[in-house]
Amino acid sequence: MPLSYSCVTSQEYPHIDQCLKYQKERGMAVNEVSVLIGGKAGDGISNAGGIIAQLLNHLGYYVYLYIDYPSLIRGGHTFAVIRGADRQVSVHQDRVDFLVALDQRTVDLHRPVSPSCTLIVNEDLVKPVQEGTGISLRAILTAEQAPAIMGNSAMIGAFAKAAGIPWETVQEVFHAHMPKAPDENLRVARRAYDEVGTVRPIAPLARPARPLLTGNEAISLGLAKAGMSAYVSYPMTPSSGILHFLAEQARRLGITVIHPENEIAVMLMALGFSYAGRRVAVGTSGGGFCLMTEGLSLAGMAELPIVLVVSQRTGPSTGLPTYTGQADLRFVLHAGHGEFPRFVVAPADASQAYYWSAVAMNLAWKYQVPAFILADKTLSEGQYSLEPEHLPDVGVEEPLLWNGTEPYARYRVQEEGISPLAYPGDKGAIVKVNSYAHDESGTTTEDGQQVKRMADKRMNKWVALSFAVMDYPEVYVSGKTDAPVALLCWGSVRGVCEEVAMVLGLRVVQPVVLRPFPAELITGLCDGVTRMITVEENGDGQLAALAREHGFEVYGDILKYDGRPFTPGELLVKVEEVMAR
Amino acid sequence: MTRNLVTDAVNTWCPGCGNFAIQHAVKGVLSDLEAAGTSLDDVVLVSGIGCHAKIADYTNINSFYAIHGRAIPVATGIKLANPDLTVICCAGDGDAYAEGLDHLIFAAKRNIDITLVVHDNRVYGLTTGQYTPTSPAGFHGKSTPQGSNEDPINPLELMLAANASYVARGYTKKMALLQELIAGGVAHRGFAFIDVLQICATFFNQTAQYNRLVYELADHDPTSFASACAKAREWDYNSDAPIALGLLYKQKRQVFDQQFPAPILVQADRDQAIQEVLEQRR
Repeated sequence: MPLSYSCVTSQEYPHIDQCLKYQKERGMAVNEVSVLIGGKAGDGISNAGGIIAQLLNHLGYYVYLYIDYPSLIRGGHTFAVIRGADRQVSVHQDRVDFLVALDQRTVDLHRPVSPSCTLIVNEDLVKPVQEGTGISLRAILTAEQAPAIMGNSAMIGAFAKAAGIPWETVQEVFHAHMPKAPDENLRVARRAYDEVGTVRPIAPLARPARPLLTGNEAISLGLAKAGMSAYVSYPMTPSSGILHFLAEQARRLGITVIHPENEIAVMLMALGFSYAGRRVAVGTSGGGFCLMTEGLSLAGMAELPIVLVVSQRTGPSTGLPTYTGQADLRFVLHAGHGEFPRFVVAPADASQAYYWSAVAMNLAWKYQVPAFILADKTLSEGQYSLEPEHLPDVGVEEPLLWNGTEPYARYRVQEEGISPLAYPGDKGAIVKVNSYAHDESGTTTEDGQQVKRMADKRMNKWVALSFAVMDYPEVYVSGKTDAPVALLCWGSVRGVCEEVAMVLGLRVVQPVVLRPFPAELITGLCDGVTRMITVEENGDGQLAALAREHGFEVYGDILKYDGRPFTPGELLVKVEEVMAR
Repeated sequence: MTRNLVTDAVNTWCPGCGNFAIQHAVKGVLSDLEAAGTSLDDVVLVSGIGCHAKIADYTNINSFYAIHGRAIPVATGIKLANPDLTVICCAGDGDAYAEGLDHLIFAAKRNIDITLVVHDNRVYGLTTGQYTPTSPAGFHGKSTPQGSNEDPINPLELMLAANASYVARGYTKKMALLQELIAGGVAHRGFAFIDVLQICATFFNQTAQYNRLVYELADHDPTSFASACAKAREWDYNSDAPIALGLLYKQKRQVFDQQFPAPILVQADRDQAIQEVLEQRR
């Protein structure tokens, strides 16, 4: 029975104990701390989680935040797990050290998993507990004449004190990161801070705070880095964060942000931008991407560069809008009628999202193809520590441009299938793009020879692109890189695979680029592997099948498709089961 | 030097097709623009899919030969990307009123500064004769052999309801007026909508009916919404009522393309802006 926080069925969690035992034996999880804050939608759990993440960040920890919330505006159960560690982490732990509960349900759901955690509860709504710290939000809010939404600040204040976080740090974080009324919130937090004692101090690590970004924000900034000046999108969870972030930062980043009538218009408007020479991206999730596929095929035929961010959630159809999944790999690899080259990259964390989004934009323009950033809810809405100074620098790489002298033909056949670009408005160029089969000038043709010649031209870009991606770190390897057992994974699942690999001494292989598929590089990096185990969050084993298609032998595949990401304890047991076969 | 506006692509419109008249009018508008000092390099023609759309192949100008129903969002994107361009969008009645009706309404709603010419022949020509949203009730097409049992929509009324800022109707047998209406649409700041009653020589030749019923608007105040509605409702694309031609309605409205930030052109400025965002997240 797969375990997840929201479907706890047993009082015993031997796999978690086992995982933690292993972690301790290997010196892992020493300098680390996990905090869970939970309540109802409308309690401000998301903001409070973000503030706690910044508190740990300001103590010098690398941070990862997982947010779990239902598709509603009021009620239900929402929680965030914030993990701080002395190394980059991109998955939350099964068990937490602090449980901050705004309501009884939070205690009921999460306490059994973490029996020895430090409890900090809103005693107005939580039944008295034997140990732990209780504060009365009602009393504090009344005393400060503060609105109910500031209750989460009181909980943060109580947590900060219980964790021995200096008041100055709390002040600093509230002033920098509380979206509204930081001083009023600080007064509420201070009252709680003064009411409780320090129970379980978190040792500060003497490191400066790092930028914390969601995957969506990292994608946005990576695209901006490579010159994106237009973003077109219709809201759809979990991609909407990009739309909101870019709309908010539009002036600073010089980006035209448009929210049109539907995803069909999104895609076609974006192609208008592209034709006119503007670097553009669209963002959506599976359902919206369905509507974009006719435009995608047009981009393929008309050779219009475009970046598509597809952030997966649990499908099919409306599915679980606010939960994760990796079931759209095949869809994105093959979407659109007809044949045309494309680039598909699936980042695992914010660092990869930032870097590869910039690369995707440059490759889209260089090869005049659609480039995909395939994300998922875990990546899109999770928060990560970003160290851009540790990433390769990427800026705008100019595509092949028309030299302004020879007569212009939009689809001139030359080396690698790449035709020089000109844009409407360029003097002396008549720029004709066409969804029909066309000749070099862009004029419709039904002549068989011409049709084949231009199809060959487009297919030549596949070849060129396949060579070009070899210049990039298209496969990421970590863990014990000479181990005979390899976990083959993609996207955000890499984070949990690394945790398990560290515990069990395994190799982790994550193809970041999924099309053109880096089969040769994977073969090289899997040298000495006797058992390859795929790990992915879908029910079909889509990566496993892709690997088999490319000649790899997959020993076992571990799948999860309940909308919740794998946790280390859960995956560890599954991997051991497969290895014991 | 005056540009030759005809490409050497072989023209495959049927003899007598109304598309010749529309292309002629568009060419006339382009020549006048050029004569008045506009570089034709700054003009883009966008078309959908259908017989009308071949105008992209036949006209020697920047063009985006799009897909069925989607000419309007493409034209919108081009105009937003580069507001200095003049964007003329040709669409069929299937494009504008069936497959892409949502885009039509939103183009009017947001008042994007493009000119839409709807080649409204009231039949699907290239797919060899099916009814369209503006075909009269009872239309005997290949998909409705017993006669369609839907009433047509009235696109002018629809556009007035959607707050379009320039609403006109032309006819392919009234060439001077047609060119004047398209030129007026191009000059208009905002979304210009021109429904053109077009003859389909092969599948739906309404020449006799149109010649009998059309009249050119005179003493009509195009700034009066009420008068525009009355003229739009006079003929419902079904009856034998008089058909008004000309500019029905025109209003001044905020234009959509003037509200966006300029792109950052220098990498150092881009990097600086990103650094500022990152600093806020510490």
